[in-house]
Amino acid sequence: MSWQPFVDGVRQGIQLIISRDPEVIQITLRSLETAGAATAMAALVGLPIGIVLGLGSFRGRGFLKTLFGALVGIPTVSLGLILLVLFSRSGPIGYLDLLYTVPGIAVGEAVLVIPLIVSFVASAVEAKDIGVRDLTRTLGASEFEASMAIVREAWSGVSLAIVSSFNRAFAELGIAMMIGANIAGLTRLLTTAIALQSNMGDFGLAFALSFILFAVVISLNFVISWLGRER
Amino acid sequence: MSESKGMRRSQKTTVIVAVIIVLAVVGGVFYFNRPPTNKTQLIVSTTTSLYETGFLSILKTNFEAKYPQYNVSFISQGTGLALATASRGDADLVLVHAPSSEKTFMANGTGVDRKIVAYNYFLLVGPTSDPAGIKGLSIVDALKKIVAAGEAGNAIWVSRGDKSGTNTKEIALFKLAGYDTTKLAAEKAPNGSPWYLSAGAGMTATLQLSDQKGAYTLTDIASFINNMNKGNIHLIQYVGPGKDMLNVYSVILINPSWKNYRGTFDAAKTFEKYLLSTDGQNLLGTFGVAGQTVFYPWLPLKTAGTDTTTIGWITSYAYIDGSECPTLYRVQGDDLYS
Repeated sequence: MSWQPFVDGVRQGIQLIISRDPEVIQITLRSLETAGAATAMAALVGLPIGIVLGLGSFRGRGFLKTLFGALVGIPTVSLGLILLVLFSRSGPIGYLDLLYTVPGIAVGEAVLVIPLIVSFVASAVEAKDIGVRDLTRTLGASEFEASMAIVREAWSGVSLAIVSSFNRAFAELGIAMMIGANIAGLTRLLTTAIALQSNMGDFGLAFALSFILFAVVISLNFVISWLGRER
Repeated sequence: MSESKGMRRSQKTTVIVAVIIVLAVVGGVFYFNRPPTNKTQLIVSTTTSLYETGFLSILKTNFEAKYPQYNVSFISQGTGLALATASRGDADLVLVHAPSSEKTFMANGTGVDRKIVAYNYFLLVGPTSDPAGIKGLSIVDALKKIVAAGEAGNAIWVSRGDKSGTNTKEIALFKLAGYDTTKLAAEKAPNGSPWYLSAGAGMTATLQLSDQKGAYTLTDIASFINNMNKGNIHLIQYVGPGKDMLNVYSVILINPSWKNYRGTFDAAKTFEKYLLSTDGQNLLGTFGVAGQTVFYPWLPLKTAGTDTTTIGWITSYAYIDGSECPTLYRVQGDDLYS
């Protein structure tokens, strides 16, 4: 088998980056902002739930933990379908006009990654719980402060949850396709553009865009980890 | 005491500030991506075979140049799904190519003011080795030989299997040859595997699957030329243009009294009239894939009236109850129908 398609794709990808192709820039920025908004919303909802789940001791806690763990693996096509029916004009929240828009995709991706954040944070926090909580309480901390101290200790787990969610949302195709429909100039993302180019038989461009997607994710992750390095 | 209170306050402040920043980011994204309020949004749900040829981007550019108050979005799905999307109220009009499905679409009250815009032909393509020996045969005879070869384990057929316009045509052609595709799909060749494969995929994927397996399949001419040109497939055409291989594209508007209507009937009507205008018909007639035009505009053919054979084929295949749109399903179009 020949490596030519891969080589051509990488070459074309570098070409597109250097020439600052406006359409490629547009879809890359759109992918970034959609995934960013999705992660932000998911963190807002998922962090508190994860902390409560990790630190709490109420009936049904074990069940909820298992449930969220399982929801991490929800097939995105099924989730996309459920959201499609919900967002449709003939659906319950159709009046919000979320279908075929970037906010709609962001909400869909947020729903997708919330279980991820909840599970990761709950595990990270639970592991740090025992020793740290007693220690902070003996030093006179309130319940809230003790919880905050634990979150700070478990920060590497929490930040891993957030970064992983962003990566997941950025690479998402199923939901972006079903809710966004890959409309040029409106909801086209890197992932959906790759799918379209493959469907149209233009593998060179599809490989090029894939290369760009990888490059963006890897660079972003390196930057974030450099920013968060131990001083 | 006051020290720990201070600690508590600054921690709470951090959390509140973080939440505000997050909400601001999300709010910003939502705000900057809100639909352009100075333009009317028109959503057209259409078939993958039209979308993947690239014709629709050209249509969009030209339409919006002439009518800048509109922003057109094309949703590409199989014909079946395009009609379903419109039925849910998520599109304003459809551009599809399956007259039988279109008839049902209008009969259930969703579609109105249907108009044929263009036509071309489907092709039966297959491997150069021609294991079923169909060279030079008519579509019905070719299909009969393919079925015989398939059942004997010598040939494979790939179907779109996705309720698309192409799939609907394929089922109708097999029926013409005397076969029920659901039964064919359940059959097994002597080696135990099925010979009638259902791809459940778009046209490019189906063509590639056929290429890989050395199988026969039905395709629209534009997708075939496109993929051959890109070097993705090496199939050859066996049955080409003819009465039974007609592929007719029509535009249908959504009934403005439909319960979930988006409220853009005038915009949809403008788009329909554009497609039927000289500009629109010209765009269709001059659009090329690999240097070859792939659509024949309907109106020039109809008004000239000279090619009675083709006109006859189209009226018998794509007219519904004797006209492009039965009067029962017309809302605002008496000047469109003659």
